[in-house]
Amino acid sequence: MTAPLLECVDLQKAFGALQVTDHVSLAVAPGEVHALIGPNGAGKTTLVGQFAGEISPDSGTIRFSGRDITALSTDRRARLGLARTFQISSVFGSFSAAGNAALAVQATEPHSFRFWRRADRIERLRRPAYRLLRELGLAERSESPAGGLSHGEHRQLELAMALATKPTMLLLDEPMAGLGSDETPAMLALLERLKRKLTILLIEHDMDVVFQLADRISVLVAGRLLVTGTPDEIRAHPEVRAAYLGEDEAD
Amino acid sequence: MNRRALLFAVLLVIAAAVPALGSTYDTRFATQIAIYGMAALSVDLLLGYGGLITFGQAALFGVGAYAAGMLTAAGITDALIVWPAAVLIAMAFALVIGALALRTSGFQFIMVTLAFAQMVYYGGQSLRSYGGDNGFTVARNTLAGAAVLGNHVVFYYVVLALLVAVTVLAGRVVNSEFGLVLRGGRDNERRLAAIGFPPYRYKLVAFTIAGGIAGLAGALMANHASFVSPALMSWQMSGELLAMVILGSAGTLIGPVFGAAIYLVFAQMLSDYTEHWMLFFGPLLVLRVLLVKDGLWGSLVRLANAGEAPAPPLDWGPEAAE
Amino acid sequence: MSFPLFLEQLFNGIQLGMMLFLMAVGVTLVFGVMRIINLAHGSMFMLGGYFLVAGLAVTGSTLPGLVLALALSVAVAVVLEIVVLRPLYARGALDQVLATFGLTLFFNELVVVIWGREPLSLDIPDFLDGRVELLPGLSYPVYRLAITGVAIAAGALLYLLINRTRIGALIRAGSEKREIVAALGVNIGLLYTLVFALGAALAALAGMMTGPLLSIESGNGDPILILTLVVIVIGGLGSVRGALVGGLLVGIFDTFSRVLLPQLLGLSTGSGLTSMAVYILMAAILVYSRTGLFAANRG
Repeated sequence: MTAPLLECVDLQKAFGALQVTDHVSLAVAPGEVHALIGPNGAGKTTLVGQFAGEISPDSGTIRFSGRDITALSTDRRARLGLARTFQISSVFGSFSAAGNAALAVQATEPHSFRFWRRADRIERLRRPAYRLLRELGLAERSESPAGGLSHGEHRQLELAMALATKPTMLLLDEPMAGLGSDETPAMLALLERLKRKLTILLIEHDMDVVFQLADRISVLVAGRLLVTGTPDEIRAHPEVRAAYLGEDEAD
Repeated sequence: MNRRALLFAVLLVIAAAVPALGSTYDTRFATQIAIYGMAALSVDLLLGYGGLITFGQAALFGVGAYAAGMLTAAGITDALIVWPAAVLIAMAFALVIGALALRTSGFQFIMVTLAFAQMVYYGGQSLRSYGGDNGFTVARNTLAGAAVLGNHVVFYYVVLALLVAVTVLAGRVVNSEFGLVLRGGRDNERRLAAIGFPPYRYKLVAFTIAGGIAGLAGALMANHASFVSPALMSWQMSGELLAMVILGSAGTLIGPVFGAAIYLVFAQMLSDYTEHWMLFFGPLLVLRVLLVKDGLWGSLVRLANAGEAPAPPLDWGPEAAE
Repeated sequence: MSFPLFLEQLFNGIQLGMMLFLMAVGVTLVFGVMRIINLAHGSMFMLGGYFLVAGLAVTGSTLPGLVLALALSVAVAVVLEIVVLRPLYARGALDQVLATFGLTLFFNELVVVIWGREPLSLDIPDFLDGRVELLPGLSYPVYRLAITGVAIAAGALLYLLINRTRIGALIRAGSEKREIVAALGVNIGLLYTLVFALGAALAALAGMMTGPLLSIESGNGDPILILTLVVIVIGGLGSVRGALVGGLLVGIFDTFSRVLLPQLLGLSTGSGLTSMAVYILMAAILVYSRTGLFAANRG
């Protein structure tokens, strides 16, 4: 494999007596869609949290584009090109959808220490924001307060914000979570379009989505990385079937 | 002109007419309202727009007053020098306090700002040559050499003009790119960091700016009362400023000035009635917090806008969707 | 500084520290369980002193007076919790802070209405009066030893309560996982009232015990409250251990800086700056750890 875009080496994190991340070494190749699966409580969100910079590991290294980012703050990592969406939609509630997207566009500027001009009249922020909302199907809702959007629209907005920062890689925490059966295909199509353009690491429980999108899958169980492989390898892996997929086979 | 701006204009006209319609006492009272309103506005900048509950803004208010008083006592009496100096000194204090306090958040932040304000209060008490706990008297500043500020009507209009200027400037700041980052952090700091903004830096700048505004109010207070004492920096003062913001509506900039008016008028009325007016004021504040949701300015604006479609949070306009 | 003088100041520092611990533990427990910051805690300290004066006047002797005063303090606390605090649990920090601030204003005026503006004095009870010779050259007031002892005993009882009893387990569980405790069928409301009353009683006790040492007057709880908050910032919000360590740190640091700084800096500037010393300590600890020394780890 060529040099990974994002990798962690021997990552450890404990909360009290609970070892949430146990000697995890994982590498995401540039351009691939890498899915992270595992039973509830396996530590997937904590792992992504460490990748994103919100949780600092007890030991181990995290590298992005070859650069050691273990000590970098979340905002620094975002500026390096590592964007994320949250499991529970996290938007700026008092801003409109367009305002949310525009603030994300604004984040790509070197700094925002400008105090006079009205930000909502600045073209270089508005245009990309509107373009993104259109691409993600939110054009009609652009002026609606973000707090009042539906759950699916929140998901779309989250993605819009992540994309607005012009990332090289996306960390997606359960992008399908809470979507209705009518909303899921749209999100899936969106993610398909993003394949190849961006590197993606996603946590997902919906196995259909995982097998459709992922180039490689890593299985996390009780904080440990069980195995990494192609969808076929994972499907056939006996331990994975037992620990995780076995539950699905039953129904 | 939208309804809110219209209301603001009406208020301004009323405020400008006070010296003509009222007595000397009324003008002085209005001056006091304007000064406290400015200090409360500085709290609103942090509270309503930054989501920062500071229980220590009185420290910066007092620093401004002390700076003005000490400079004047030292012989520098021109307001054009003293007042900007007071602002800068207050900003310096705010920078140091903020740099430490903003490392914390939530309840901790409230406690830390309260503690640092108390420290500044003790600092003021320790200034023996400036009266210690009793404070010291201050002569009015001159304006470009002329002793016009001694006239209470002139002084009132100067204070009013400064208040309007601060309100307008603060209004630009909260709608600017900087202001949006600040408000984004208030809504969702986690999200703000996730898109690439370092929250601490922006909060610190806001804290410093607010400190400067409070410092200006302090300098004006020193002139208004012709007196400076550590009581200006007490934690009760910080609490009163917070109460003024809430009474008037947080997150509106004009609301706090309204709130200052309500607070001071109420205090005046009650204290005319009984020496022990705090006995009623305290529970009234408690009841107000428990029972009433919105502040007075917010309610007024909503009343004025009743029947109109609510404006979107950011007015992007249809032509943007090419 | 001579050794006996050093020891005397050390004991003074520990005594102050234990009083601050009693105050801080109330605030930190209430925060840990109910997630509320109560700025009226200083008022409980103040009322404790006033109630003791009243209790002694009514009963004529020390122990019954103390018991009566504690009962009154607990009664006030319970009423306060039910009437003012319960609606505040669901509210944000701003509402809590403003409402409890309003309470402080109220109580500060209430004691003036009832007892007047003149500071009241409390005498040290006869059987605790006088000094005892701990070391050759060091005679120390019995009273200060006694109240330090009471505070240590209270701390020990508190430890037993929290770690060895069912109620204590509920308190610990309540501070970690409120939903679970409610699901267990425990009367959460009663638990909250209990915790609040406990914290208030400790504050009132501290007020009663320091009554003879400081003056009893309107607003005397306010600087104590702020010092208590400093203790909590240093020790870590939600940590009882932090309240103890923080309290002792602040008590000893404050006591020694009041003695040493005037010597080091010259008498005139000393007095105001000595009060500031503790805040500089707080600032230093904040630089070291933004959540204090023992902040309860909340993930």
